[in-house]
This record gives sequence, C-alpha cells and structure tokens, in this order.
Amino acid sequence: MFDARPSDAEYVRHRVSQFRAQVARRLDGSLTEDEFRPLRLMNGVYLQLHAYMLRIAIPYGTLSPDQMRMLAYLAEHYDKGYGHWTTRTNIQFNWPKLVEIPDMLEHLASVNLHSIQTSGNTIRNTTTDAFAGAAQDEITDPRPYAELIRKWSTDHAEFQFLPRKFKIAISGGARDRALVSAHDIGLRIVERDGLRGFEVWVGGGLGRTPMLGKVIRDFLPEEDLLPYLEAIIAAYNLTGRRDNKYKARIKITVAERGLDVFKADVEEEFRFRRADFRGIDQEALAGFRERFAPPAFRNAPVDGFEAERKANPAFRSWTDTNLHPHRIDGYASVIVTFKAPGATPGDASAEQMRLLADLAERYGHADIRISHDQNVVLPHVHKSDLPALYLALREAGLATANAGLTSDIIACPGMDYCTLATARSIPIAQEIAEHFRAEGLEEEIGKLNIRISGCINACGHHHLGHIGILGLDRAGVENYQITLGGDGYDIPAIGQRAGAGFPAEEVVPAIDRLLRAYLELREDALEPFIDAYRRLGPAPFKAALYPETVDA
Amino acid sequence: MSKAFTPTAAKPGVITANDLREGHNVWMCEDGWTADPAQATLFEDEAIAELALLKAIGQSDLVVGPYMVEARRGPNGPEPTHFREAFRQTGPSNYFHGIQATKQSEAANV
Repeated sequence: MFDARPSDAEYVRHRVSQFRAQVARRLDGSLTEDEFRPLRLMNGVYLQLHAYMLRIAIPYGTLSPDQMRMLAYLAEHYDKGYGHWTTRTNIQFNWPKLVEIPDMLEHLASVNLHSIQTSGNTIRNTTTDAFAGAAQDEITDPRPYAELIRKWSTDHAEFQFLPRKFKIAISGGARDRALVSAHDIGLRIVERDGLRGFEVWVGGGLGRTPMLGKVIRDFLPEEDLLPYLEAIIAAYNLTGRRDNKYKARIKITVAERGLDVFKADVEEEFRFRRADFRGIDQEALAGFRERFAPPAFRNAPVDGFEAERKANPAFRSWTDTNLHPHRIDGYASVIVTFKAPGATPGDASAEQMRLLADLAERYGHADIRISHDQNVVLPHVHKSDLPALYLALREAGLATANAGLTSDIIACPGMDYCTLATARSIPIAQEIAEHFRAEGLEEEIGKLNIRISGCINACGHHHLGHIGILGLDRAGVENYQITLGGDGYDIPAIGQRAGAGFPAEEVVPAIDRLLRAYLELREDALEPFIDAYRRLGPAPFKAALYPETVDA
Repeated sequence: MSKAFTPTAAKPGVITANDLREGHNVWMCEDGWTADPAQATLFEDEAIAELALLKAIGQSDLVVGPYMVEARRGPNGPEPTHFREAFRQTGPSNYFHGIQATKQSEAANV
C-alpha cells in the first residue's frame, strides 16, 4: 500500500549511516563477506573485474545542475575523473574504494541522490523518455508518474526480495522512446474518451531469453496505477520461480503460465489491493505535477539560429542530427552524444559534467537528462541559444554530430570492467565508430542503431539493435555474434542471429561488408537500414556477412 | 569462468582475489598478498593448493572473493592462460588504469 514516509532526505541519510556501520562491521570482522554482500548490493556496491563499482540511481534520468556537479566532484575525488552513463539512465563509478563509499553516499545524499535499489531483486530505477516534458508528440510529462512509482517502490516492504530484479519504464510520447516493450512492466500514457490512463505491458526483457512484453491492460485509468502495479508485482512475487535464477524474471512467469492465467491472478490481487489506496497516492501525484511544472519558456526570435545554420555547415550538420522537436515554438531538445570517435560510449569526465551543468543553467532552464542510449539531453534550449551552446560543446569535444547514426553505439562496459562479461564491448564500439568516420560513410548510411553487449545478460541491448553484437568466449578467445533486425522503437523486434560468430579483428570488416551491401540494396537514400532489412529479409544481408558461404 | 579449478603439475594455478578495503586485484604470494601478479605463488600440487585456498578464504579481513585460476610458468613469474585473467592483470583497454598504471608508476619511482 502507498505509504507517506518520512522525507526522502531523512530516509536517504538514515540509509547512509546504516551502510557506514555495515562497512565498519565488515572491516572489523563482525560480518562475513556472505553476510555483507547483500547489504552492499542493496546500496549499489558491486565487486567488478578490477575494483568495486558504485551504481547511483538517476531517477527517470533527470538531474539538476547541482546534482551533476556532485557527480563531477565524486569522479574527481573518489574515482579516476570520470563516470559511465548506463543503459538504464544511471551512472556507475568504476574505481571507488569500499572504505570511501559511505562518504560518497553522504555527499550524494546532500543533493538527494542515492544508490538504493540499484541492485538486488528489487524494483529498480523507473526509466522514461529523455525528452519527457519537452517532446512535441507527448500526451503529458510521464515524470510525475515515474516519481510516484519511485516513492511507492523505494523501500516497499513487500517487494525487497522478489524472485528477480524488476524494471519499469514509462513513456508519454506517441512514439515510444523508453523501450516499454523490453521492460518487466512498461507503461504507455494513452487517452480514451477524454480520460487519461495507461496501456500496461508486462513480461518484456532482454538477457539470455529475450522477449517483448505483452499488453495486459489496454486502458488502465490513471488513478489505478499504483494498485495495479502492486497487483502485478504481488502476483509475480507469489508465482515467479525461485528455483532457477535464469527462469525467475516475470517474462518467464508470464510465458510459462500464460498471459490469461497470470492476468487472472493480477485482477484478483487488484480487486482487494485497490481498496487499500484511499487517495493519498493521487494527492502525492498532484504535488509531483507541480514539481515537474514546465519552466518559464521565453518567446524570442530565432533569426540568429537560422542565419548560423546557413553560414556554418558544421553547425547545420549538428542541428540536423542532434536536435529533437520541442512542443514549444522556438525551442529544441539537444542531444549531447558521448560517442565521439575513439571515446568510450557513455563515459563522461568531471570537466564535461561541470560544463553541462553550467550550460544547462545558462541555456537549458537548468534541466539535464540522461538517456538510455548513454547520451545526455538538454531538453529545453531556445533555438537562439543554440549557436553559443554548440560552440561551448565543441570546445569540450561534445559536439559530435552523430545522434542516431552509426557511431552513436550503445555498449555495455564489457570485459574491460564487468565481472559477468564474456568478452569486451568497448574496443569493438570504438573500432566501428572510428572506421565509419574514417571511411566518411556515416552520413550516407544515415539512421542506424548498433548495440553491443559483452555477455548474454544484454546490458548493451544488442537484441534491440538494427545490428546487434554479442561478445562471447569461444574456447578462450573473444568471439562476436551478429544479430540483425532488432528494433527498440517504432516496430519493436528482437534481432535474429545472422550466423557463426566472428573473431574480434573480423567484426569491423564484417559490419563494413554489411553496410556497403545495404547502401547497394536500399531503394533510395531515405530508406534506413532497418527498413531495407524488413523489406528484403535477412538473406542479402547474411550473404554480405558470409560471402564465402555463398561462393561455396 | 569456473571458480572450481584445481591445479596440477601439468596445469598449475594461482590464487587471486580483491583487496577488501580498496578493491584492487591481488594474488597470493609467499608472504601474503601482492598487487603484482608476477610475484604470485604458482601452485602445482592439488593438496597444497587446496590448503592455501582455505587459508585465503580464512583471510576475509584482507581479501574478498578468493579463487584458484589456471596460470602457466613464465620467465618473469606466473602468466595468465585466459584473456579474462590477462585483463585483470593489466587493466581496462580503454584507459591506462589499473595494474598497468600502478606498475608503470612503480617502475618510474625505482
């Protein structure tokens, strides 16, 4: 049941002092590692390949400039000067010392950030569209609902030991940009007969058994959101498998039991849980709507923007690729990609974080978003400010005009950092980006999503890539499987394996053959890779990947 | 990544873990734990190795997650046989961080 708890700040500080005491007890031998591990994981502390890792939640990807500056401070004082944006819009620090993590958490608490429920079999950070509150095609800003879900799910007593981790995404746009179909629960804001509600998806997820979710309710009235979410998770908590970690996600529960059977359980739970919610959730929601009220947009001419576009081809190219349409005339949302050729996808230095905080204050109504594709979005920038913003970004190496293009690759940390990984992801992403930049083909290829994961857990969302790359260990050697035809957006689809894997050094040549074949096969320059693939089917693309098979 | 490896003379191994307080990778050596994998003790005898692993597990006030992993005898000490361990002994490939950086700064200070 939704419960008004002590203020966030008080609770977060309580958790920090609790964790500080737990670390002290681990160090003095009062706690064994087996006892301590679940406690550190509840606070986002993992042990990775070279060091501990601290994952910090960025609720629905929204950061204030002061929060961003705090992340920069932590990067400099407790890490090696950088942090990593994750595909669930969180940030990870790769080199913290266990003995210093309580101090890091204390600093985070001072700006209302924390690591609670960034690990463990709990409800994780609720993610949303990076353009929430700004997108032209949006019904309404999904963040008040996301905040409601965060408040309700944080420290929810019933859901601290679910069969497995649980991820919720919410999307408010006509186009889904939050990967609703690839989440344990996905919510799409819809309107019916003048009423607002949700299309509720359940049982999506990637990992070793990728599945797209199914619609369990095509219209859930807005006021039923929390009791219905609670009913789904309660039904899963009771019937989800705990005997096998690999069959414990809700997607397996739904697949094994059948959507109708599962739905009957959910509706039964919903019937009596609904009575527990007596409107306090709706009161809270009204408060959150005020908190996410739009900024004071200004009405100013955009002549300078248009003139600069005519005068400066580099600026024009950047505005062609890195802007997203805003609902307010004269405004745009800016995508700052962390995918410069040679860069590690999603890595941000302390200097870059501080610059973005400053620029958000100067030009962006002090609003910053982290996107699931490991970029940063300034959602509200007046077009007259874009030339100055572009210059400032360019000086910091952050004005690469590649949003949504070949080099805008999602890549998990892979075996450069992750202890679960079976191969590296980062060098493959770097090589592909550098290759197509050097060949000058990126603009010609156009819209393309390449997604790389370093193991079957699929943090790099390879199944949703138009081209997906999965790194595996084949007899002690890194090997990369290619999947084709995945899509996380317009027509959600799980990519299909193209054939045998490639050794690391053959991945770039294989992708090169594939994309050159696409350029030959497409109807015209306006047909993106994924559309050509859907029109023609996999055969000609497989032939490009495996020419020797065709010759034989 | 199998953590149940048992070394033999034909397939020797080392014991590795992470430093409890700071998290960096360490290897069991003659007089405790070292951050230099070349100084690691190479185990070739199953019984001695098992005893050493028990000892490592008993040192949970110093290290976390100790395990035995295959290694081969090299001119400058034990060498990794698998790329995962090779990465643990150097650091990430995208930045000059981790053991590769520690080694370089130590060499510079000699």
